[in-house]
Amino acid sequence: MTSYHSPRTKKDRDAEMISNPREFSRQLGWSRREFLRSAAGVTLGSSFLPSSLLARTGIPTGKRKVVVITFGGGARDQETFAPEGQENIPHLMRELIPQSTFFTQVVNRGILGHYVATASLATGVYETVNNFASLPPEHPTVFEYFRKDLKRPASDAWVVAPSNGFNRIGESNHRSYGPGLGARVILPKHLLSAATSGGGADFEHLLRDNYETPFYTPQLGGNEFELQQLGMMLKLSVDDFKSHARTLSSPDELSVYIVRQLMRQMAPSLLWITMHDIDIAHAGAYSLYIDGIRRTDRLCTEVWKTIQSEPEYAGKTTLFILPDFGRDSDDDSGGNGFQHHRTGDALSRTTWMMALGAGVREGVVFDRPTDSTDLVPTLGSILGFSASLAQGKPIPELS
Amino acid sequence: MLPPDLKPEQFNGYSLEARKLVTNYISTLQRLPLSFLPSLLREAIDYDFKFPAERRALEKELANLNSLSPEQLKDWIQGFSQIRLSPQLERFDWVNLPAQFVEQLSSHLWTTHQLDAFRIAATAYADRLHAAVPAEPPPIPRLGITVIGQGVSAHDDPLFRKLRPHGAHFTKVNPENGLEVLLNAVAARAKSHPAPYAHWYIDGGLEAPYAPTLTCVSYHALEPARAALSSKMRPEINRPGMGPEALRTLLAQMRPADLGLAKSGDPVMARFQLKVLTEGSGTQIFSTTFAQWTAREALRRAQPLTVLVRFAPRQRQKPMNEMLAAGHEVAELDPLGSLVDADMGAYYNWLNQQRLPGADHSSFLVWFEGHNEAIAIGPSVPRGTESTAATDLQQLLTWAT
Repeated sequence: MTSYHSPRTKKDRDAEMISNPREFSRQLGWSRREFLRSAAGVTLGSSFLPSSLLARTGIPTGKRKVVVITFGGGARDQETFAPEGQENIPHLMRELIPQSTFFTQVVNRGILGHYVATASLATGVYETVNNFASLPPEHPTVFEYFRKDLKRPASDAWVVAPSNGFNRIGESNHRSYGPGLGARVILPKHLLSAATSGGGADFEHLLRDNYETPFYTPQLGGNEFELQQLGMMLKLSVDDFKSHARTLSSPDELSVYIVRQLMRQMAPSLLWITMHDIDIAHAGAYSLYIDGIRRTDRLCTEVWKTIQSEPEYAGKTTLFILPDFGRDSDDDSGGNGFQHHRTGDALSRTTWMMALGAGVREGVVFDRPTDSTDLVPTLGSILGFSASLAQGKPIPELS
Repeated sequence: MLPPDLKPEQFNGYSLEARKLVTNYISTLQRLPLSFLPSLLREAIDYDFKFPAERRALEKELANLNSLSPEQLKDWIQGFSQIRLSPQLERFDWVNLPAQFVEQLSSHLWTTHQLDAFRIAATAYADRLHAAVPAEPPPIPRLGITVIGQGVSAHDDPLFRKLRPHGAHFTKVNPENGLEVLLNAVAARAKSHPAPYAHWYIDGGLEAPYAPTLTCVSYHALEPARAALSSKMRPEINRPGMGPEALRTLLAQMRPADLGLAKSGDPVMARFQLKVLTEGSGTQIFSTTFAQWTAREALRRAQPLTVLVRFAPRQRQKPMNEMLAAGHEVAELDPLGSLVDADMGAYYNWLNQQRLPGADHSSFLVWFEGHNEAIAIGPSVPRGTESTAATDLQQLLTWAT
């Protein structure tokens, strides 16, 4: 909560309010557009687009695939898209953005906690579940719409999440959907911990348990991926898994390793990956936050390259990349800059999204406002299901 | 219970001075909405342990509210009056546990999508309060000094990128006895303008010798308190059902004596140090976070005239629980990462200093410890300039102030 006892300057007030948060978001979106136009050579998109771009590709609905990457722990423009931050995201700037349709102003009007915000992204409804309790979303998830409407098996929708706290993200407790209709959830850290019987010095760096506070290690329950399925489904022996894990440097790297294995062995049509390395920012060490951004930049590109190189995915997959929300501004005296996302200011609410791959125009930027809850209906229009209980609307430029 | 039902005896749990303060204004407090009053009580309940600047601010705020006519008060707090609260919040013991109430109120505001309305109400109130009760200018211009890069011999990326546009960048600074020069300058200011908690020395490692007139907080000196805190947190973290919110509540209930901080004989500083360790995320494990957060809180709360912050290398990143569980073995350090942390920390120290009254006349100096680089910022220092002329820290202080 913003402390009104904090001393504030005119600059603070200007940054907080400018004239209102909506105006601030608009200006933020405009700045991002200008950064991208100058650095990545993208052009401003028109809202009068031909509809059904994906249909024009000739890919049948049943063959389409979607991969979604969300960052749990947003990154601010000054460390990413602004000129001084672009050195931290070379892969996004040079490789992905020129191939993408980029939305500069995605506003999250919900609760800025990572679990509840990711649940909101996955349901298309601003969820209000306790961010730190092991609870399922209250509204149907994208995985349930996908599986129920399209009669897809459990093996066709997966979530890979580094935090144990996300073990219930795969399916809601909604009475018309819920148990048995959701996604399979893999928690790679939990898997590694189980494989190594609780740890071992070689794997300490992969078991970081930072999730909105440096000390949180939630208890597990729900539909997490079981260790014995490592071999059965991912064709990966415990020894191979441990051996490869030794070569990795972070929990998100471990997640992407699992993602690759999953894409090769199971080739799910709907794959959702949450990354959390950036969230080390909560410990207050700026260098570690920057390291997290640079790693996430690289890992997103690795996932994109995997999509392009795997026959099951190449040419028929749309990739979405978006942070769940932003981080506090340096100018808000109620926060502590990059460390948290507690003020609820416009900077912490206004994020971005890029889409690339099948059915997406390349090198186009849109700075009109969209809403975080628009993602699920948009995925519905691509994959052919109806997100009937979602609050958002399909994004016309992608539908 | 709602504010109109308040009675003086309900504050019997408050310490002496705090009780006297709030009971003097009981009729005013009764007229405030529940979405507002506990935030005020959260400050008041700690009145006995607050810095002089905080005490004065609280006294003035209460006096101002008391001076308003019923119509004026209604106008001042109308934004808060429109916030809808739950019956659970109304039943909460917000008189004796105002900080915990505010935590729950925060959660309620997020959940019910009223946070933006609350922000607008709080901003409007703060603006009016600052206009009605202007902040006192400092008796002398403030001076902030930040020392970064201890233990770093060479680095790749340029330093001070955030601060350069605001001051002059010097690249031939004589580093000899640099820390001593800076500490002497702080001591001289403390001698010429003595006041309680007005001149601070914050060290992210082992503190250097300093004048007794300075208020000193160091990561090293708090090692026993940090160890005590870790030993209390470890079993709680592993307890089933424990999450960040429950942990935060537990930490908020701690007293200085729980961490061995009561022995210092200064209850105000004991409470300050407790809050740095229990409210600051990461202050327990990373010395760079400790130094930055301690400086932020010292500036925000004590509004000192002088602050010298020296960053030291933090431990290398490991799993958080393991860092928390570390014993007495020597931690592996990350000097280069710490330099990046401290460079940003210096920028935040400057930003936080500039939020205080008298910012137009304040000065700021950052020095790369043991090296030739520094930035000086002050009213008479040209912005965005570079100097390759040979100089020393004493000279820079003279120019900046």
